[in-house]
Amino acid sequence: MSITLNNIGKRFGNFAALDNINLEIPEGELVALLGPSGCGKTTLLRIIAGLEQADRGQVLLNGSDVTDQPVKNRQIGFVFQHYALFRHMTVFDNIAFGLRVKPRKERPSETKIQEKVHALLNLVQLDWLADRFPDQLSGGQRQRIALARALAVEPSVLLLDEPFGALDASVRKDLRLWLRHLHHELNVTSIFVTHDQEEAMEVASQIVVLNHGKIEQKGSPSEIYDSPNNDFVSRFIGHTNVFQLEKDDSSWLAGAGIIIDDPKGIVAHVRPHNIQVEKPQDPANSPVYLKDWQHLGAIIRLELSKDGTNGKATTIFAEMPNEQFRELALQKGDRLSLHIKHAHWFN
Amino acid sequence: MPQSHIMPGFRPTLGFTLFYLALIVLIPLSALVFKSMQLSLDQYGDILTNARVQASFRVSFVSALIAAGIAALFGFIIAWTLVRYPFPGKRLFDALIDLPFALPTAVAGIVLAAIYEPNGWIGRIVMDTLGVQIAYKPLGIVFALIFIGLPFVVRTVEPVLQEFDTAMEEAAASLGANRLQTFIRIILPNILPATLTGFALAFARGVGEYGSVIFIAGNMPYVSEIVPLLIITKLEQYDYAGATAIGLTMLVISFLLLLLVNALQWWVRRRSGQL
Repeated sequence: MSITLNNIGKRFGNFAALDNINLEIPEGELVALLGPSGCGKTTLLRIIAGLEQADRGQVLLNGSDVTDQPVKNRQIGFVFQHYALFRHMTVFDNIAFGLRVKPRKERPSETKIQEKVHALLNLVQLDWLADRFPDQLSGGQRQRIALARALAVEPSVLLLDEPFGALDASVRKDLRLWLRHLHHELNVTSIFVTHDQEEAMEVASQIVVLNHGKIEQKGSPSEIYDSPNNDFVSRFIGHTNVFQLEKDDSSWLAGAGIIIDDPKGIVAHVRPHNIQVEKPQDPANSPVYLKDWQHLGAIIRLELSKDGTNGKATTIFAEMPNEQFRELALQKGDRLSLHIKHAHWFN
Repeated sequence: MPQSHIMPGFRPTLGFTLFYLALIVLIPLSALVFKSMQLSLDQYGDILTNARVQASFRVSFVSALIAAGIAALFGFIIAWTLVRYPFPGKRLFDALIDLPFALPTAVAGIVLAAIYEPNGWIGRIVMDTLGVQIAYKPLGIVFALIFIGLPFVVRTVEPVLQEFDTAMEEAAASLGANRLQTFIRIILPNILPATLTGFALAFARGVGEYGSVIFIAGNMPYVSEIVPLLIITKLEQYDYAGATAIGLTMLVISFLLLLLVNALQWWVRRRSGQL
């Protein structure tokens, strides 16, 4: 089901949680609402679900206005941040709940419910937990049961609030991939909220970046990463080095490959992997030296220090593949020369 | 006793607990048992089968049960209101709940009797409209015991309601449940054990309550005479053995009833996965 948001606005007292949000989500997408905490992403998700009312604007599901419909009539599945499993019910009863509360005419027979619940438990690969209570499950298991429970009512939209927020890192990695696969399998329009840009990049087909209640940018992960709309998006997605033409040593920047004769802005954002690190021909004259490095697996992140004209040192991050780092055989304190291959300019 | 405990002090604390329990609870209660042993089984049976004694047991336990039941219902509603809704004067109202704990029960009894007697403020209205007399009837005992029992229920249910994860209600609604279904299937099962505890406390307090009841009950033998009053009456007639016999019986019945409530609680918790 497609989702359309028209001019959504929401205030909490004097604080504008959401300001004029317009968004179109086509059927079958897996969308991430990404932003720092307090940016209004969870509020937006809850407004789409009908758990909260917007002050202004409309929510359209499949073209029909559901703004005034309560959550139970919207045919949505909602997965809560802390799962909100019914702790007095077994896993089986949790998943069956949505089927059992249907009006008598629509309610499936008990054998149908049994079949359906076991099918869902198999889908989330936890059939052996049917008789357990939520308190006896691990975080990752609870998460998957919450998802199975939401799917039981065959929602046309699936909404997930920080679905991996409360899980430890390794479980989170597995579940991200699993959610992506599940989405391929079911193809139900899904929106999830996250503050983790890596998670959004890894799972979503579309990312909506929010800040201060406004949409900063919307697009595929590569669009967002490769051509950020503005300063905020560029800083928020991935690592970036920020050079300010006025403050930074502009002759050094020019030497490092940035064209400053006709700059397209006053601030240059450079991704660490867009900085090429070389051994300089004249080490004594290079203002940059290697302070430290971090081993991130396939790549090495170099922490470089550049002496400023005013005596203040700035830190620059650069990244290179493991092999290249080994070939260069760098030591801490080595002088280096940098070549900037690509920069984003903002005002 | 394994030595692996982080906090020392198992021996002194257990010792203190047992000593305290013995000094304050077990020794006085066993004195009760010993005293009643002066009676033969026949005498004991005679006392208990006495019609007036039996009537007072009926009055005491039935009115305590009814009052605890009503207090459980009202207490639940009050706790719900206090936890869920903001309203002006909420803190004051919250403080008022505890008043029956602190008020001398005799004061409560006199005030209740004055208000609910056939010529009292409320008693007159009820008398005129419904033709029902509250004070000086068994109904008056129930009223007094509700007053006494209410804070027990409110104070046991309140913290559990506060802790209740409201996301569970939202989850139920998102799965298509209406408000009644959400209340019955989600909220109630989570609050029931605490409500049962409150009920048991209110009941236990109600059975033993003396001060407030005697002023409002009318104390008619066979009709509105409670067991504690009968015990006092026996004592005043220097019938110590008779008094202890009744006291012991009351103790046993109360203990069994509380055991039953505990078992019920255990069963509810187990069924709802809280054990």
